[in-house]
Amino acid sequence: MNIHEYQAKALLKGFGMPVLDGRVVRSPDEALVAARTIGGPIVVVKAQIHAGGRGAGHFADDPGGKGGVRLARTPDDAQQAAVAMLDSTLITRQTGPAGRVVRRLYIEAGCEIARELYLSLLVDRATGRIVIVASQDGGMAIEDVAAATPERILKESIDPATGLSDYQARTLAARLDLHGRSIRAFTTVLRAAYEAFVSLDAAIVEINPLVVTGSGDLVALDAKMSFDDNALFRHPELEELRDENEEDPREREAARHGLAYVGLDGTIGCMVNGAGLAMATMDIIKMEGEEPANFLDVGGGASRERVAAAFRIVLSDQKVRGILVNIFGGIMRCDIIAEAIVAASHETGLRVPLVVRLAGTNVEQGEEILSRSGLKIIPASDLGDAARKIVSAVRAEGVA
Amino acid sequence: MSILVHSDTRVITQGFTGAQGTFHSEQALAYGTRLVGGVTPGRGGETHLGLPVFDTVAQACTATRVDASVIYVPPAGAADAILEAIAAGVPLIVCITEGIPVLDMVRVQQVLHRSDSLLIGPNCPGIITPGECKIGIMPGAIHRPGKVGIVSRSGTLTYEAVAQTTAVGLGQSTCVGIGGDPVKGMDFTDVLERFIADPDTDSIIMIGEIGGTSEIDGATLIRDSGTRKPVVGFIAGATAPPGRRMGHAGAVITGGHETAAAKIEALRDAGIHVSASPALLGQTLLDVLTGRA
Repeated sequence: MNIHEYQAKALLKGFGMPVLDGRVVRSPDEALVAARTIGGPIVVVKAQIHAGGRGAGHFADDPGGKGGVRLARTPDDAQQAAVAMLDSTLITRQTGPAGRVVRRLYIEAGCEIARELYLSLLVDRATGRIVIVASQDGGMAIEDVAAATPERILKESIDPATGLSDYQARTLAARLDLHGRSIRAFTTVLRAAYEAFVSLDAAIVEINPLVVTGSGDLVALDAKMSFDDNALFRHPELEELRDENEEDPREREAARHGLAYVGLDGTIGCMVNGAGLAMATMDIIKMEGEEPANFLDVGGGASRERVAAAFRIVLSDQKVRGILVNIFGGIMRCDIIAEAIVAASHETGLRVPLVVRLAGTNVEQGEEILSRSGLKIIPASDLGDAARKIVSAVRAEGVA
Repeated sequence: MSILVHSDTRVITQGFTGAQGTFHSEQALAYGTRLVGGVTPGRGGETHLGLPVFDTVAQACTATRVDASVIYVPPAGAADAILEAIAAGVPLIVCITEGIPVLDMVRVQQVLHRSDSLLIGPNCPGIITPGECKIGIMPGAIHRPGKVGIVSRSGTLTYEAVAQTTAVGLGQSTCVGIGGDPVKGMDFTDVLERFIADPDTDSIIMIGEIGGTSEIDGATLIRDSGTRKPVVGFIAGATAPPGRRMGHAGAVITGGHETAAAKIEALRDAGIHVSASPALLGQTLLDVLTGRA
């Protein structure tokens, strides 16, 4: 689960992270009030969307104009920036061409910048440990730094038995060419990031840039946090940070039913059991020359209701021109899949070709249910057969 | 022989009396697995499926010889169940549970590395030596004893490989589902080195997916071993967009080495026969074995 910058900063501040004074606003009038309250010679108006690259992005209605992070020298400037940004679509290198509608802004105090560093924490699968990633090249995309100058990426892994040790912070600080009071300040920053990471079961904590001011203080100028979905059950307080506007409505509906769903741009809808088989099914559709409309794993022991919900989500996607159901029943019984398909099709209406491939547990009963249903279902004997049949069925419809 | 499990392997179930534990223990017994008991805290002394129930894994290990434990405990308690099995000295631990928090597995892995136990999973179908021992949730009927070793990050895609090898007249020595989580027990290299050394495994199918780089480590091991056993590979997720988690917690591309294309190239460089289609795993292996590819 992802959250906004302002939410991440509020959480991190609770663990001791130095952040600037800021207010989240949802209207130009609120922006005016916030800028007045914060005061100072300058404030920064920052679009809150779940994607990076905001400053270098542009708005859909103003392709040559300013990005999603703007400086305002007066409260009136801040209000004007808010008018331009709110309810407009911001396009960045991470949003894709569709962009994201800006519904919230963060008005933040300005800050003097001497240097910009990079800092993040994540779980490294190779070592099975939390790893700290740091660089002197803050303020740019870390993937670009890693590609161009890998020697400027510093890594430090944390032993779960001892947790983060202060010497690790001091050592990293020295390698980042920090001196004097900045060394202790860096220890505070790293301690806050680490404590937040482990206390909240984060998937990533990223501070980019981590600013060094002229006086040697450190400030988290931007902050990104996302959380381990598997651990949300023990952090109910994080649920209220969820912004449903940032989520694909199909994915939201799927999540409500405990389904793993990822919306894609193609035209062949898929319903599969198992994540690996679901990906392989997408791949074979592409090999046959069409594009998958989604990833959908109905999981192992899904009930008929859950499978029916999954099938309705695929059916209701208006760009879907054909559906491929691919089930290899282990725990999952083919008769349950068949009953769910029939129920959902009768309820929602089947407007596109449907190819069903069933294998494994109770396959005979499943095929019997489908053939007696009166629905126009194209049966397939195996995965290759299923992919060829759905692609040719969709193409035949396209001609007609 | 086979690897890791065989007809004499004595197995207990953790989470024995729950719905999942009960169902799959019944299936294992029907398959012929030597299930010798199970653990459910608070139910010690009872009998379930005709077998003794213990309060702790340690009690089970004192009462009888335990070679392996299979875990069907829900996510919140699953890491603790693994730690309990490690503490009791169970040699092989198979964790089926999906949805364990990553930081729980970070802690488990540190303890695991200091122990003599092996862990398969979590978030996996388990391990089967056809005709001898089934530990996990895979459908037993699609398997057939033979000489193909199968290792995979995906459950149902393993079933594809099994069904396809069975359909072309080959069978399996042992099939290991290593699971779809980012921090886990045995990885490709751990299983592949055992298949390479196993006299009853003549060929290997390895099935990977996007995310992480463990398939590349596996390919390097195959190349460096100099094994003459043919290896067929498949990598799922060629069409998966970067940055999106595809069902499995570990199936997400966060860097260039983690794409299907990068892994396929590494597998080919190691001399592995990569099947472009997931529908042709069995046929590709048969072609290699009969000298047609």
